Amino acid sequence: MASIAVSTTINDDDVEFLCQPDETLLDVLRNRLGLMGAKEGCGTGDCGACSAIMDGRVVCSCLVLGAEAQGRTIETIEGMADGGELHPLQRKFIEHAALQCGICTPGFLIAAKALLEVNPDPSETEIRFWLAGNLCRCTGYDKIVRAVQDAAREMRGETA
Amino acid sequence: MSFDAAYQSKTFNSVGTRPLRPDGVDKVTGRARYGADFNMPGQLVARVLRSPHAHARIRGIDTSKAEAVKGVKAIVTAADLPDLTNGNADLFAILDNCMARDKAMYDGHAVAAVAAIDEKAAKQALKLIEVDYEVLPHVVDVDAAMQTDAPVLNETVFTTGIEPAPTSPSNVTNRAEFGHGDVDAGFAKADVIVERSYKTEQTHQGYIEPHACVANCNTDGTADLWVCTQGHFVYRQNCADLLGLEVSKLRVTSSEIGGGFGGKTHVWAEPVALALSRKAGRPVKLIMSREEVFRASGPTSATSIDVKIGARKDGRITAASATLRYSSGPYPGMWAELGAMTSFACYDLDNVQTVGFEVLVNRPKVAAYRAPSAPMAAFAVESAVDELAHTLGIDAVDLRVKNAAKEGTKSSYGPVYGPIGIGPTLQAAKSHPHMSAPLGKNQGRGMACGFWFNFGGQTCTDLNINADGTVTLAVGTVDVGGSRASLSLIAAEELGIAYDDVKAVVADTATLGYNDMTDGSRGTFSSSMATISAARNAIKVMCKRAALTWDIPLEDVYWEDGHAHAAGTKHGNRAPLSVKELAAEAGNTGGPIAGHSELVADGAGVSFATHICDIEVDPETGSSRVVRYTVIQDAGKAVHPSYVEGQYQGGAAQGIGWALNEEYVYGADGRLQNPGFLDYRIPVCSDLPMIDTQILEIPNPNHPYGVRGVGETSIVPPLAAIANAVSNAVGVRMSHIPISPPRILAALDGNG
Repeated sequence: MASIAVSTTINDDDVEFLCQPDETLLDVLRNRLGLMGAKEGCGTGDCGACSAIMDGRVVCSCLVLGAEAQGRTIETIEGMADGGELHPLQRKFIEHAALQCGICTPGFLIAAKALLEVNPDPSETEIRFWLAGNLCRCTGYDKIVRAVQDAAREMRGETA
Repeated sequence: MSFDAAYQSKTFNSVGTRPLRPDGVDKVTGRARYGADFNMPGQLVARVLRSPHAHARIRGIDTSKAEAVKGVKAIVTAADLPDLTNGNADLFAILDNCMARDKAMYDGHAVAAVAAIDEKAAKQALKLIEVDYEVLPHVVDVDAAMQTDAPVLNETVFTTGIEPAPTSPSNVTNRAEFGHGDVDAGFAKADVIVERSYKTEQTHQGYIEPHACVANCNTDGTADLWVCTQGHFVYRQNCADLLGLEVSKLRVTSSEIGGGFGGKTHVWAEPVALALSRKAGRPVKLIMSREEVFRASGPTSATSIDVKIGARKDGRITAASATLRYSSGPYPGMWAELGAMTSFACYDLDNVQTVGFEVLVNRPKVAAYRAPSAPMAAFAVESAVDELAHTLGIDAVDLRVKNAAKEGTKSSYGPVYGPIGIGPTLQAAKSHPHMSAPLGKNQGRGMACGFWFNFGGQTCTDLNINADGTVTLAVGTVDVGGSRASLSLIAAEELGIAYDDVKAVVADTATLGYNDMTDGSRGTFSSSMATISAARNAIKVMCKRAALTWDIPLEDVYWEDGHAHAAGTKHGNRAPLSVKELAAEAGNTGGPIAGHSELVADGAGVSFATHICDIEVDPETGSSRVVRYTVIQDAGKAVHPSYVEGQYQGGAAQGIGWALNEEYVYGADGRLQNPGFLDYRIPVCSDLPMIDTQILEIPNPNHPYGVRGVGETSIVPPLAAIANAVSNAVGVRMSHIPISPPRILAALDGNG
C-alpha cells in the first residue's frame, strides 16, 4: 500500500510524517516519531494507556488512524510539562504516590488534564467517571483521585 | 563478614517518611522505558502462531509457504528449541509451555513463531504456516478434570502423595496434606458444625503492560535480552538453560515493569525471541497482544473447596478441615499445596487438617498471582467462619478474636509463630469507626482476615560512595511499585545521610550477583536487609579511612549520625569526618569506597490483614457496589508509608475485581471467550470508593528495622470480605466467586 503524507501539529510543533493507511496514530507516535510515552495496553480502546488529546478531546490513539491526524492538533504526554517545569498534575501524581508501576500514568495525566480544562472543580464522582476509561491495576485509584483533586485545587489558586 | 539481621529498636530519621520517588519524573513525563520502549539496530518484528484448539496432537507443521514470504527472516517451532532439560520436569514444562511440542495443551498455546522485517510480513507468514492438528477431547473445569471419565492430559502423570501409588494415570498430579491433632475427635466435641462447598473462577493478574522483550543472539555465543520481568536473573537462568547458552554470556536487563503481580515471574516469549534471533542473526522484538496475554500468560487457578468447621457454643473452634482442588493448567503446580497451607493460618487450632489436590486442565499454565492460592482458600474458610458466627450468634470479629493465632501458636501448616499481627488487626477492626457506621438500605457489611507467608531469598546489593559523597545503590530486585524510594530511605538511614543523596538503580545481570525475583513480597524486605548490610560494610571502610586520615588505631573510631568520630579524648578534639569529606579524600586513603552484600534473606515475617467492606446490592438487577472499604494490615515497619498504603489499596482493588467481576469464560469448544479488557472487566475508577488503610507495625524480629513484606496479603481477605458483605446484604450465603449480577439474582430468586 502506498504511504500517506500527513501534516499535523503535535505538542505545538509542526510535524510531517508518512504512514500506511491502516497504521494507528499510536503506532505513528511510537514507531515513527519516537514519542513512546503513549503505551499500548490493549489495542482495542479499553485501557486508555495510549490516551492523547486531539483537537481538545481525549482519544485512544490506538483507535485513531495516523492519517486522521492530518490538519489536527495533537497533545501527548511529552508536551505536558512546560520545558523543565512539570504540569501541576504531574507534580501531584508524584507527591501523592499516585503511581506504582507507572505504565498507565501518561494516559491518566492526559485524561485528567482534559478534564480540568473543561471542569476546573470536579467532584470525586465526576473525576471517577471521567477517568473510567483509563485502567490502573496497581493503585486501586485512591491516590490518583486525590492527586487530581489536589492539582485541581492548586490550579484554581486554592491552598490545600 | 557476618551480618546480624536481628531487630533492634531505634528512632528513625529517614525510614517512615514520604519523600518523592526517584523514578517519578521519568514516569510522569513518558520517559520511563518499559518492555516495548526499547529498540535495536536492524531489529525484526516477531509474531507467534497459537493453537486454536484446547487439546490437540500436532501431527506436523509445514512452514515452507511462510518462509517464502518476502521479508520473513526466521521461523521457529519446537524443533528449533531442542530439549536440553536433562529430565528436569519443571524446566521441561517451561519449555513445552513456551512452544508446544507433541501436543497443544490449551487455546492459545504457542506452536510456531515468525521474525520478519515488519508486522505485515510477520502476520502474512503466520497465516501461511500449516499445522496438522488431531483434535483431542479436552477438559477445562477443575472438578470435571478429576472425574474418572475425564480425558487424561498427560499419560505419564500418576498422582503423587498417595499410598499405595496409583497404577493408572490421571489429571491429579499431587495430593498434599497439612495439619495436626485429631479432627474427628475435635468434631465430636463440637456443639455446632458448619460445612459447605465453594468455587472460584480463574482470573488474570491483569497488568496493563503486555509482555515485551528485545532479544539479540550474536554468533560468538553472547546474547542480550531487554525484558519486562519481575526477575531478570531468573529469566537469564531459564533462557540459558533452555537455549544452551552460557549464563555469563547472556546479559538480561530489566526494563521498567508495567505491573506483574506474579505474572512476570515466568518466561513465556523470551526463549522464543532468543531462538528467533539466533536463527535470523538479527535482534528480534516480541510484544504480546492483550489477547495473547489473556490466552497464553497468567492466570491463577480455578478452585473447588470444601470446608468444615466445628465449634463449642462459646465460639471456641474444636476442629477444622478443608479439601482444596486447584487447577494448574496443563502442567503440574503446587497451587493447591499453597492453598492447603494457608487455609487456616489465621487461627489457633488444636485439630486441623487440609488436603490439596493439583489438577491438570486444558487452560494456560497457572502463574503466581499475588499471594498465590491464598485468596481462594481464605474465601472458603472466612466464609465458613462467618457462617459459624451467624449460627452461634456471636459477633464475627469476636469469634475470630477468640480463635486467632498468636505468638507461640503452632500454625496449621507446621511452624510455630513468632510475634504476629492477626490479633492486633482484629482489635483494630473492632474499634474502627467503619465497624459501627450505620448501613443503608440493601447494604451489607462483611469482614475477613488474610495471611501470607512472605519470602526472603537470595539477594545481592552494591553500595558505592561516589567522589562527591553521594551514594549509588545497585539492587537486583526489580522495582514493581516504588522500592527504589524505600531502599534509598534505608541507605540514607543506615549511613546517616540525606535521602536525596542516594540514588537507587536496578542493576542488570552482568553487573551484580544473582538475585531471586521480586516475588513473595520480598523486594523491599530482602533488598533492604542487603542494603543495610552493604551500608554497614561501607561504614567499616569509612572508619578505616578515618583512622588512616587521623593516624589513630581503627578501634578508636566509631560511626554515628553519618560521621566517623574519634573515641575518647586521647586523640584531641578532632572534628568528625562526614561521608562527603571521607569520599573527597578516598583517592588518597585507599581508593573508591564501597560496601557489598550477598545474603539469603531468611526470616521474612509472616503477614496478616483484616478487611472490612460495605456492599450495596440492587435487588432488581443483581448489580452490586462497594460503598466503603477498609484495609488493616501489619507492615512490620512501613519504610515509605505512601507505597505501603498503595500496596494495601491495590491488592484490595484486585481482590474486589476478582470477587465481583473477573472470570475466564470458556466455550464448550474449550476456547477462551473473553480475552480482552472489554469482556474481562477489571475494576475501573468509577467502580470503587476511596480505600481506607490502617498500617500496624509489629516488628519482624528477623529484620534489623523490623520490616515485613507488604505486597501480597492485601489481596487475600477481599474475596471473603465481599462474599460476607453480599451474603449479609441479600440474606443468602454466596459460595461462588465471582459474585456477578446473575449469581446474585439467582441467589435472590432462591436458585443460588
